Amino acid sequence: MSAFSAIGEETEKDQNEFTPGLEPQPTWCPGCGDFGVLKALKGAAAELGLSPDEMMVTTGIGCSGKLNSYFDAYGFHTIHGRSLPIARAAKLANPGLTVIAAGGDGDGYGIGGNHFMHTARENHDITYIVFNNEIFGLTKGQTSPTSPMGHKSKTQPHGSAKTPLRPLSLSLNAGASYVARTAAVNPNQAKDIIVEAIQHDGFSHVDFLTQCPTWNKDARQYVPYIDINDSDDYEFDKTSRAEASEMMFETENALHEGTVLTGRYYVDESRPSYQQEKQRIGEMPEEPLAERYFDDSYEWERSYDKFLDKHK
Amino acid sequence: MTDHELIWRIAGGSGDGIASTSQNFAKALMRAGLHVFTHRHYPSRIRGGHTYTEVRVSADPVKSRGDGYNFLLALGDSFARNPSEGAYYGNEEIKPLSENLDELNEGGVIVYDSGLLDADEIENFDERVEENDWHVFDINLREIAREHGREVMRNTAGVAVTCAIADIEPDVIKSLMSDAMPEKILEPNLTVFDDAYEMVQEEFDIAAPDISVPEGEHDEDQVLISGSDAIAYGAIDEGCRFISGYPMTPWTEVFVIMSQNLPELGGISEQVEDEIAAAALAMGASHAGVKAMSGSSGGGFSLMSEPLGLAEITETPLVLVEAMRAGPSTGMPTKPEQSDMEHVLYTSQGDSHRVVFAPATAAEAYYQTRKAFKLAYDYQIPSIVLYDQKLGGELTNVPASVFDEEPNADLGSVLTEEELVDAPHSDAGTFERFRHDTENGVSPRSLPGQKGGRYLASGNEHEPTGHISESPENRVTQMNRRMQKVDSIRAELDDDNEFNTVYGPEDAELGLITFGSQQGTVEEAADILNENGHSVKVLGVSELMPFPKEQVKSFLESVDEALVVEMTASAQFRGLVQKELGGYGDTMSSLLKYNGNPFEPADIVEGFETALLEGEELPDNRTKFVPKVGE
Repeated sequence: MSAFSAIGEETEKDQNEFTPGLEPQPTWCPGCGDFGVLKALKGAAAELGLSPDEMMVTTGIGCSGKLNSYFDAYGFHTIHGRSLPIARAAKLANPGLTVIAAGGDGDGYGIGGNHFMHTARENHDITYIVFNNEIFGLTKGQTSPTSPMGHKSKTQPHGSAKTPLRPLSLSLNAGASYVARTAAVNPNQAKDIIVEAIQHDGFSHVDFLTQCPTWNKDARQYVPYIDINDSDDYEFDKTSRAEASEMMFETENALHEGTVLTGRYYVDESRPSYQQEKQRIGEMPEEPLAERYFDDSYEWERSYDKFLDKHK
Repeated sequence: MTDHELIWRIAGGSGDGIASTSQNFAKALMRAGLHVFTHRHYPSRIRGGHTYTEVRVSADPVKSRGDGYNFLLALGDSFARNPSEGAYYGNEEIKPLSENLDELNEGGVIVYDSGLLDADEIENFDERVEENDWHVFDINLREIAREHGREVMRNTAGVAVTCAIADIEPDVIKSLMSDAMPEKILEPNLTVFDDAYEMVQEEFDIAAPDISVPEGEHDEDQVLISGSDAIAYGAIDEGCRFISGYPMTPWTEVFVIMSQNLPELGGISEQVEDEIAAAALAMGASHAGVKAMSGSSGGGFSLMSEPLGLAEITETPLVLVEAMRAGPSTGMPTKPEQSDMEHVLYTSQGDSHRVVFAPATAAEAYYQTRKAFKLAYDYQIPSIVLYDQKLGGELTNVPASVFDEEPNADLGSVLTEEELVDAPHSDAGTFERFRHDTENGVSPRSLPGQKGGRYLASGNEHEPTGHISESPENRVTQMNRRMQKVDSIRAELDDDNEFNTVYGPEDAELGLITFGSQQGTVEEAADILNENGHSVKVLGVSELMPFPKEQVKSFLESVDEALVVEMTASAQFRGLVQKELGGYGDTMSSLLKYNGNPFEPADIVEGFETALLEGEELPDNRTKFVPKVGE
C-alpha cells in the first residue's frame, strides 16, 4: 500500500479544488498576465483529474513566485532561479508526483539559466512554466534577459545594448523534448498547452507571455496573437528539430517586430525521460524511493555487511 | 621517532602508483597485526609533481603521521615535465629524492631507483648522508621491473627491498598482492618481488640500518579506513540513498564512494551542473521524503550558501559535508587547512542555525555523520560534517566492530497519512506545517503526495500553514522557535556526551585545545610533553555548532592556561571559543599552521616549550605563535 495515497487517486474534475480555502488577496496588479497562468494551470490540472495533494509546484522569486500562494498544492517557494533543481530531485525521489516548476524570465533565463539548460539537457519529466514579461517586475522595472534591444529602464538609461535571449531556441538546443509558447491573452490555448506539457513524458518548457501593465507599458498586450499550429501561413513539422528551430527563430524575431506567434514548436515523444534513462542503466530503482522509508518489511543494508570486506 | 616503529615514505610523481602501492603496504602490515597511519602529500596535477605517501607502522596504536620519517623509497618522477634545472618547477625528476631529505630522521634509510635518479645531481648529497648517518641503497629498480614485467612494477621491487631491509616477512606482502592484483599482472609482480628481495640481500649490507618492523597483534578484526570511507558508510547506515554533487578536491572522494555504492543499494546519485544545484537537489529529495546529502569543498560550498539558508527557514532536513583545503579562493587544492570553519558556521544571509560537527578520527567521522543525519531529520535543520583533506585521505586501522551497528532509516519528524488526519489544519483546511506551539521547536512535517498534508514551504517568513507573512508577532515567534531547535540539540548532545574528548592527566596544569582532525596529533604531542616533565592535558572539540559551552568552559577553568592548536592563519577556533564563552582571551594563546602540511607532534612540542613556556621566537615560519590577550 502506498504511503502517498493522493498519487493517482480518482478525483472530480473541478478547478476550484486548486483555489486555496482562504484565498489571499493577490499581490498581482490589475491586468497582470500572471492571472492568465494561474487560470490556465487550474484548468489544466482539473482537466487531467489531478488532486492538489499529488502536485508539487516549485517557484522562484519574483511576481511569478506568488503562484504558490494562489494555487493550492504542495508548494515550494524557493530562491531566485533555483526552482528547477528542487523540482528535479523531488521527481526523482517520488516519480508519481506531478511536478511543475515556475518562475519569471529573469529567474529562469538569467540567474537560473544554468539550471534551465541542464534540466532540459537531462530531460526530466517535469513541466517548466516561464512567466515571460520581458522585464523585472517585482523589483520595479529593470531590464531583463528577454527585454528587447534598446529597452530603456532605470538600470539601462540609454537603452539595452544587448540582444534579447532566445528562450525557445535555447530550450531546443539544450535538449527540451516539448517546447511551446503561449500568452495570457489566449486562455484556451494556454490551458491546452499546459495539459499537453504535463502529460508529456520528459522536460516540457512553456514560455508564457505575461504582460506587465505596470512596468512594461511599452510592451504590447501580446495581441493579436497567431497560433502557428492553426494558421495556414506557418507550415512546419513540430516533430522535426530542424523545422522547429527555424520556426522558433522566426517567432523570436517577430515578437519585437509586433507579431505575436504562439503554439507548439517542438514535440519529441520518442526520447526517453531522464528517469527512464537512469533506470535503464541501473542507477534508479523501479519503485519510488520515497515509498521505501514507509515499508516496514524493507531490510536496510548496512556498510558492515556490504562494504567492509574490501577494507580487511 | 622511536626505534620500534617504521615511518616509510614512498615518493614519486602523480601517476606512478604511489597511492595504491602505499595502500597495499599499509593493509598488509595491518593484517600482520600492526597499527598503521598514512599521510598523503600530492599536487593538483594528473601526472608528475612531487608526491609522496607516508605509512607509519607500530606495534602500539598510532594517532598521527608521527615526526619526520625513517625510510625513504624514492622512485623518481617518471612523468617529470622538464627535467632541467632552469625549468620553473626545477628538476622534477630528481624531486622524489631531493625534496624528501630535509625531513628524513638521523640513521634513516634511503632506497632510490638508480635507473631514474642520479644522486650526483643533488648538492652535498654524500656530505648530508654522512652527517645524518643515513644508509643509502642505490638500486636499479627499473631494470629489475623491466626484466620480468613492465617498468611500473618498480614499485613492487621497491617494496621488496623495503621488506628485506626492515625485516618484513615477504609473505605478508605477497599474500596481499595475490588478493589485490588480477592474475595477469600478479605473476610478473611476484617474480619482480622475489628477484629484488634476493638481489638486495646478496649485494647490500641490509643489516646495517637499525630499523625493523616490530611484531604486533590485534585483539579484534581491523579494517583500513579513510575519513572519506567512514563518512560515506555513516551516511549509508543512516539510510541516505540520495546524493547530489559536483566534483571538487578533496570532497570528491566521498562523492565517488557514494556514487559507486548507491546503485547497488537502490539509491540515486546525481552529478549536477554546479554546487547551487547540488545542495538544492539534496533539499528537493529530502523535502519529498528521501534521506539525502550533498557536499563540497571551500569554493563549491560558497555556492551552497543560498540553499543552506533556504533549508534553515523552510526547515528542510539537509546533510552537507565540507572537506576543507587551503584557501582563500582556489588556494592550494590538495593541501589541508581548517580555515573554512567560520565560513561553514555562518555563511548565508540571516542568523545561522545549523549543526556543525568536526570529527577527529575516522571512527568519529562515522558516528558523527550518523548523528548529523539523525539531528537533521529529527529537528528539520541543516547538519554539516566539516573535515579536511587530512582526515578525508588518511588511512588508519579501525576495529571492524565500529561499523557493526544497526541501520537507521527513520525519517524523523514526519507524519504518516494516518497521523495527518488528526494533525492540526487551518480553517481553510491547510496542514499547519510550521506551528507556533511546539515543545522543542520542532513542528512535524508532511511529504508531497500524502493526502491531506499540503502546505507551502517558502523562503519568505511564513505563518503556520506556510503562507508568507510579515507580521512582527509571527516573525518573532517563528524565529524563536527555529532558534530553539539549536538549544534542544545542545541538550541532546550534552546528554550523549559522546564526541568532545579530554585526554591526559585530569589534574594537569596546562591545556592544549584543538578541533577536528588535529586531535590525534595534539594528543601525541601531549604524551611527549608529559614525558618531558610538563603537566599537560588535551581538549579535542568535535562539536562546533551548537557549541559545547559547558565542556569547554570547565576545561579552561581547570588549567592555568592553554595553547589552541589549529590550521588557520587567523586563530578562528580560538575566536569561536572566546565568542561562545564571552572571555578567556587572557587564558588562550594560539599555535597556527597554514603552510599546507598538517601539524606533526614535534611542531606542537616546539610551540609549547619554545614559544608558550620560554617566550622565545619560533625558528622558522612553519608554525606561528600568537600570544594570549595582554601579551
